[in-house]
Amino acid sequence: MTDININQYKITEEPFYEIQEDEVALYEAAYDARLPVMIKGPTGCGKSRFIEHMAYKLGKPLITVACNEDMTASDLVGRYLLDANGTRWLDGPLTTAARIGAICYLDEIVEARQDTTVVIHPLTDHRRQLPLDKKGELLDAHPDFQLVISYNPGYQSMMKDLKQSTKQRFTGLDFDYPDTKVEAAIVAKETSIDEEVAGKLVKIAHTARNLKGHGLDEGISTRLLVYAATLMNKGIEAKRACRMALVNPITDDKDIRDTLIHSIDSIFA
Amino acid sequence: MTTEYPDYREKLKCSFEQLEDVFDDCIKDALRNMTNKGVEDYLSGASLVCMIGRGFDPVLTYLEEMPEMAHKLGEPILKVVAQCVWDMSRSPNGKAIPPFMQCLPEASRRLGSLGQMHNFIDIIFDMMEDTTGSTHGFHTTVPSPGLPNLLNQVPYLLSQLSLEGLKNWIEYGVRNYSDHPERQQDYFSLQSADAKAMLQRERHGTLYMDYERQLDMYMRSMWQQDEYFVPYSLGFDDLRKPQPYYDELGMRIPDVYDEMNNVSGINRYRITLAHMAGHKRWTERQIADNLSPFQRIAVEAFEDSRVEQLILREYPGLKKYFMALHPVPVEGDCNSEKESCVRHRLAMLSRAILDENHGYQNPDILEYLEKFQDALKDGESSTKEMLGLAVSFTAKTRRQTDLSPNVRFENTEIDYRDDNRHMWLFIEENDEAEDDTSEPQGQEVVEPDGLPPRHYHEWDYNTTSFKPDWVTLYESLHAPGNASMIDKILEKHSALANYLKRILDMLKPQQYTRVRYQEDGSELDLDIAIRSLIDFKSGSQPDPRINMSHEHSGRDFAVLLLMDLSASLNDVPDGCTQSILELSREAVTLLGWSIEQLGDKFAIAGFHSDTRHNVRYHHIKGFSEHWDDGVKARLAALEPGFSTRMGAAVRHASHYLEGQKADKKLLLILTDGEPADIDVSDDKLLIEDTHKAVDELSSKGIYTHCITLDKKADDYIQDIFGPGGYSVIDNVEKLPEKLPMLFTSLTS
Repeated sequence: MTDININQYKITEEPFYEIQEDEVALYEAAYDARLPVMIKGPTGCGKSRFIEHMAYKLGKPLITVACNEDMTASDLVGRYLLDANGTRWLDGPLTTAARIGAICYLDEIVEARQDTTVVIHPLTDHRRQLPLDKKGELLDAHPDFQLVISYNPGYQSMMKDLKQSTKQRFTGLDFDYPDTKVEAAIVAKETSIDEEVAGKLVKIAHTARNLKGHGLDEGISTRLLVYAATLMNKGIEAKRACRMALVNPITDDKDIRDTLIHSIDSIFA
Repeated sequence: MTTEYPDYREKLKCSFEQLEDVFDDCIKDALRNMTNKGVEDYLSGASLVCMIGRGFDPVLTYLEEMPEMAHKLGEPILKVVAQCVWDMSRSPNGKAIPPFMQCLPEASRRLGSLGQMHNFIDIIFDMMEDTTGSTHGFHTTVPSPGLPNLLNQVPYLLSQLSLEGLKNWIEYGVRNYSDHPERQQDYFSLQSADAKAMLQRERHGTLYMDYERQLDMYMRSMWQQDEYFVPYSLGFDDLRKPQPYYDELGMRIPDVYDEMNNVSGINRYRITLAHMAGHKRWTERQIADNLSPFQRIAVEAFEDSRVEQLILREYPGLKKYFMALHPVPVEGDCNSEKESCVRHRLAMLSRAILDENHGYQNPDILEYLEKFQDALKDGESSTKEMLGLAVSFTAKTRRQTDLSPNVRFENTEIDYRDDNRHMWLFIEENDEAEDDTSEPQGQEVVEPDGLPPRHYHEWDYNTTSFKPDWVTLYESLHAPGNASMIDKILEKHSALANYLKRILDMLKPQQYTRVRYQEDGSELDLDIAIRSLIDFKSGSQPDPRINMSHEHSGRDFAVLLLMDLSASLNDVPDGCTQSILELSREAVTLLGWSIEQLGDKFAIAGFHSDTRHNVRYHHIKGFSEHWDDGVKARLAALEPGFSTRMGAAVRHASHYLEGQKADKKLLLILTDGEPADIDVSDDKLLIEDTHKAVDELSSKGIYTHCITLDKKADDYIQDIFGPGGYSVIDNVEKLPEKLPMLFTSLTS
């Protein structure tokens, strides 16, 4: 087995995160007891940023896995590879995290197939073990190891939902887009743009979020607002920047586009 | 009275007595507006109009209106008009001359150029020639029935339509009603539904119907309000101009907005809605009983302005639209000695609130502008505070003439504002309260028998356009008969039924699915094979299930059988003992029975038509119904009658098929002849329409197949259903056997 460089997973600079409620305290308590945490919330509302922030704060390495529907259990756990001399075992990210005591963050877990997600079960209850069948190893998780998953209930469908047996292994934190003022402050801080302009951007985001479920699957996220503000910092005129960052990416529906463009037009006089 | 211009009077050869009274005024006007040559033409034109012997009216109109028209459009118009009037008088359409003369001034104002005017006159004359009838083939003698009606409607039509739209509208009427005088009159006087539908289609501006979804979204996204919109027409209510308003039943908005002062139609809709949404958000109801009508108008104006200011705080970008749409009353425009300036004063104040560069000097306006701004300085203020301000404003600015009936309206109408009926609460029952609360409509709703009729368009290949809402279709459940009759049919054909059953059993279901992890299978599954190899090499247990195979699973069809129930079904074909109806019924029975065995989604419907106003669509079996006694009873009671207007029925059937969830959708049409109806003389029209309907279906993913019993169908059937889209059954007696077989071959 190769040595793992733990430092590559450490977060060296503090990621900016604006505390909204008591989520930091809750998370710290959960980590203290090494309880698995699930974070729910719409896309771009700061789930990943929050985990990075917490990993930094706790001084723990963070291993992030973006889940997709082609992911198999081996992609998480590890597999034997063929090489010139026969075969060689390679740890998957979940195994690595369990070995070195990192926080393992499975992003958008619902995208993974259900038969994949069950491999995390033994790690998430009192056993805290990961059986590596193929390798014939039963890995006891490092005392610092913690599992965090996130998903977006917005586009939850019949096909894309966690099993009850998976859900009931986690504690949950609900995330949403921050309050108008907090969100404006976040955009302003992140991009050092004028607070007033940030407030206007948030207002545009709200007009789009009101259309969720009426032609839009997902409203304009905080992340996109940051993009828009970044473009404006680069000297792009406000309305153009908003179109590029806030309208074009989220929809191809002409009626929605016209409505959003009108709202941009009426907010940025 | 003797004229001051005897030279000119002499040149006008006309001896009506009334002429003497007006001649001087007219000729003065003419001399002011025209060159000498023009005046000559003017007088000779008037002489011509006088000579036609249609009374004094046309002459007077000519004399009064032509100078202005000539001034605006150029003097050649003088001769043109005179010549037109002359031509008209030489045709049987002399009666149309007075309305023709009367519509000219308005038409010239709308059209604005000589070229446009020429076009307009050409359109009118084309219409006249096309509708003027001839009794003996070579002599036109019967006047155009619709022409006077049309001319009376011209001012309105031009206010709604572009010239091109007018042309299309007129041509449509001429094409469809040239041989039906009463209908033609209805059409051209805008009485008939067709005329209105066609007008709607040719109308310019931003139609509400085109933007409904966007406006819905607008309200939802910017105002978080989910509103029901009720469009009203500006067209047919001349008595009082309707205004937007809202109540519990929804927001009433115009069905069309033109661009105005560079504000596009859609933005005008948005502004109108923003204003109403603002009221919904910020206005509280006030008790109306203690206020005089003037006070109420003032309160409404103040509140409107307050709401707009709050809207602008939220959406400052809307200001440019408000500024463009708000009228600009000119200070001192209204003479408070002679007319009532209530509206003018309020409009000025409202403008001043909106526009900081208003430049008004009136101390009252400035004082209340300041008071208003103070009230809104720290917060939203309230409707109640506005009420206080308005009452004191009314008291301060009251004038003697306020009560005068001569109210100055000019530049005071703010057309995006609603009528504020939502704002008032009437405690005492009085007339106004009744206006406010009672909704006379909706009480006498008579539940219609069955479903309401549906309208379908029809394709006109002559013009390659759809006739909007042309066909009316009524649907109903077919009356039931005796179900045992169907069972008897099945008994009679038991041998055939058994044969069919064997075929059906062999019918393999469709849909391939891949089955993985098989020890034995048709193909090697590479992913799993490699994984097994690695497992094997690394010394762990390899998975031996490395093959995969394919499997069929389930049929997923939705089929609708549409039966032609026209009168010809009663015919007994040569060499047969049963009528086509009986044979069809047997065939459908066997088909229905077999499909029930297969478990496909299946519906049966029948149709026939009696002109475009009455297409009947009968449900015989619904998709969710099983092959039970109810269905059999309806099938047993089939009764043919009337004609075959296929297009509308096909469109209606497709509407049901669309609602079905299935991979493949099939519309089977069983007919014994070509599409035809008694109100259509052109054979090709309905054939082309049905072809269009079939095209529409195929674009929706519905496959159409026609089974025709007409031996001569080859002439037209391919034009309708395309190659391969039909089967001709020559031997009608074989139908009960052929139909289920055909179905199975189509779907396997």
